[in-house]
Amino acid sequence: MKKNLSLLLALVMILSIVAVGCGQQAAPSEQPAEEVIKIGVFEPLTGANAAGGELEVEGIKLANKLYPTVLGKKVELIILDNKSDKVEAANAATRLVDQDKVSVVLGSWGSGFSIAAGAVYKEAGVPAIGTSCTNPLVTLNNEYYFRVCFIDPFQGNVMANYAFNEVKVKKVAFIIEKSNDYSVGLAKFFNDTFVELTGDQNAVVYTGYYNTGDQDFTAQLTGIKASGAEAIFAPGNFTESALIMKQAKELGLTLPILGGDTWETPEVIDIAGAAAEGVVFSTFFDANAKLTPVTTEFLDAYAKEYAGKEPAAVTALGFDSYILALDAIERAGSADPKAIRDALAATKDFPGAAGTVSLDENGDAVKSAVIKTVKDGKFTYLTTVEPIKK
Amino acid sequence: MSLQTFLQHLVNGISLGSLYALLAIGYTMVYGILRLINFAHGDIFMLATYIAFYSVTTFLLPWWAAFLIAIILTALLGIILERAAYRPLRSSPRISIMISAIGASFLIENLAIVIFGGRPKAFPIAPIFSKILVVGDVSISIVTVIIPIVTAIALFILNYIVNKTKTGMAMRAVSKDYDAAKLMGININYIISFTFGAGSALAAIGGILWGLKYPQLIPLMGIMPGLKCFIAAVIGGIGNIKGAVLGGFILGLGEIAIVASSPALSGYRDAFAFVLLIVILLFKPTGLMGKNSAEKV
Repeated sequence: MKKNLSLLLALVMILSIVAVGCGQQAAPSEQPAEEVIKIGVFEPLTGANAAGGELEVEGIKLANKLYPTVLGKKVELIILDNKSDKVEAANAATRLVDQDKVSVVLGSWGSGFSIAAGAVYKEAGVPAIGTSCTNPLVTLNNEYYFRVCFIDPFQGNVMANYAFNEVKVKKVAFIIEKSNDYSVGLAKFFNDTFVELTGDQNAVVYTGYYNTGDQDFTAQLTGIKASGAEAIFAPGNFTESALIMKQAKELGLTLPILGGDTWETPEVIDIAGAAAEGVVFSTFFDANAKLTPVTTEFLDAYAKEYAGKEPAAVTALGFDSYILALDAIERAGSADPKAIRDALAATKDFPGAAGTVSLDENGDAVKSAVIKTVKDGKFTYLTTVEPIKK
Repeated sequence: MSLQTFLQHLVNGISLGSLYALLAIGYTMVYGILRLINFAHGDIFMLATYIAFYSVTTFLLPWWAAFLIAIILTALLGIILERAAYRPLRSSPRISIMISAIGASFLIENLAIVIFGGRPKAFPIAPIFSKILVVGDVSISIVTVIIPIVTAIALFILNYIVNKTKTGMAMRAVSKDYDAAKLMGININYIISFTFGAGSALAAIGGILWGLKYPQLIPLMGIMPGLKCFIAAVIGGIGNIKGAVLGGFILGLGEIAIVASSPALSGYRDAFAFVLLIVILLFKPTGLMGKNSAEKV
């Protein structure tokens, strides 16, 4: 009896591991290999960033449903989980290029994972299209990494400008997610611009840190309360950010809270509740700012597929990464990764759901940013900021 | 640092420390009886919050009923876990039980990901718990006040059970000498199940309070609190209930103190727990309140 029970338990454990593995893979196609074009997707589907990854895969699958073929061949999506972990991201990338031999890769949510996987793609000569990885290091010195989103300097710059010109504050506090390249990068570029605008070397009066997965921020917020800051800039993972908003309110902090694109997930409003009211962040997309004709196409398809749900910006970016990949394959006229890379590098004025994409010499998208706030429990469009031409 | 700021930090620290204490008691109780670190304790804690979540959102129960059900079901889960994963191995070497505990922990975490999904869920908070009290310049959410009170009540009840009841006497006997207790006619299985039930119920109370304070549920939410509370139990002297409470408070207050004293160090708050563990193990291996007991021959 005892033996049977432990055997059963062991079996359940093995099954659960297998089940976890299967859940994240697309069903294998039954067509012979030469008739499909394989597109790899690597996204965090479990772990701290699972919500973001899931939203992007939603967009990619939607685009795949609308455009299932290219060059007369069927497109097969191979979706791997990078488990919100940098080491796993590199492993997933290796599997995509070595084992699955994909033509092009889409993803990921979170710059850290993209940076970790970048070297693998570069070495294998397989082009990758970043979805919402906004850290400059993703594409820097990597001619195989491109992206459909703008980069952190622009986002940090936009928010610093907004804080100085619109919110009219001169002293800010930072709460930075220490282990997140995205958060550290955004804060750095915010800092550079803000110091320049105010002409005050000490315009950032408090810099606190936290680790991914932390849930208690009362000590940092109490410090901010005493620091004389007039606004808080807290770019970072949305799960922690939502708790920051909530705890700020509980501590009686009424300062404006500013952040980055990661905040645009419904969970922020669910978790922070009334405390999310009035927070401001920059992002890529808003259904009310119809940026291109593709925006309408995306919105219609999304409404049909997920009735009653509002599409997130990262879902639109996932959508864009897929249609850009298809466009590049078409322009290259083959599924050869090198040819696709060259076609991608030449992308100019490509209409995507989240704005017009032109790729610069680093492979970064030059496009407009949208500023949004939370009003009456909903994400509300505030204004659009045009790219700074260099 | 002004007085207000200091008081605000103090309140934050006490509240966090009480949560750690509640969880640490569960570790220490099981260790006291079985000499087993129940690594799945943090995951039991996670399951409690999910049970409370689904009771409110899916079954539309009022909050108090949901909490009661969560505590009872979690206690049952703790008992089932012991039966399935630990009892069959009770006579095996201790390392086998430990590996089984780690396996059970991974099993629960991965099952939770499959069943509940990886996206965080918002813990439903009844309006009574979202009030904010303002005393001078110190503002305190009502939950922050409730947590230490509930911890104190739970500790009082537990203390009564362990020291004043027959079951408690049996628990103490089992923890002193397992075989002798068995020879004296104590129903070992019942006592161990009871210990797991009580420890898991405390984890459930901790989980519900945690959910009220940090209303975000993810399947892996039990890992870090689990680790930290294990450390709290070791710091206080594992096997000693009062020690676990002391350890919890040292850890909670210490973490807040680190961030309060220097924002630049705030990224190292988790490291603080582990450094403290190493220091305590170096200078007082039995923990602050642990007794030096000679190994049984």
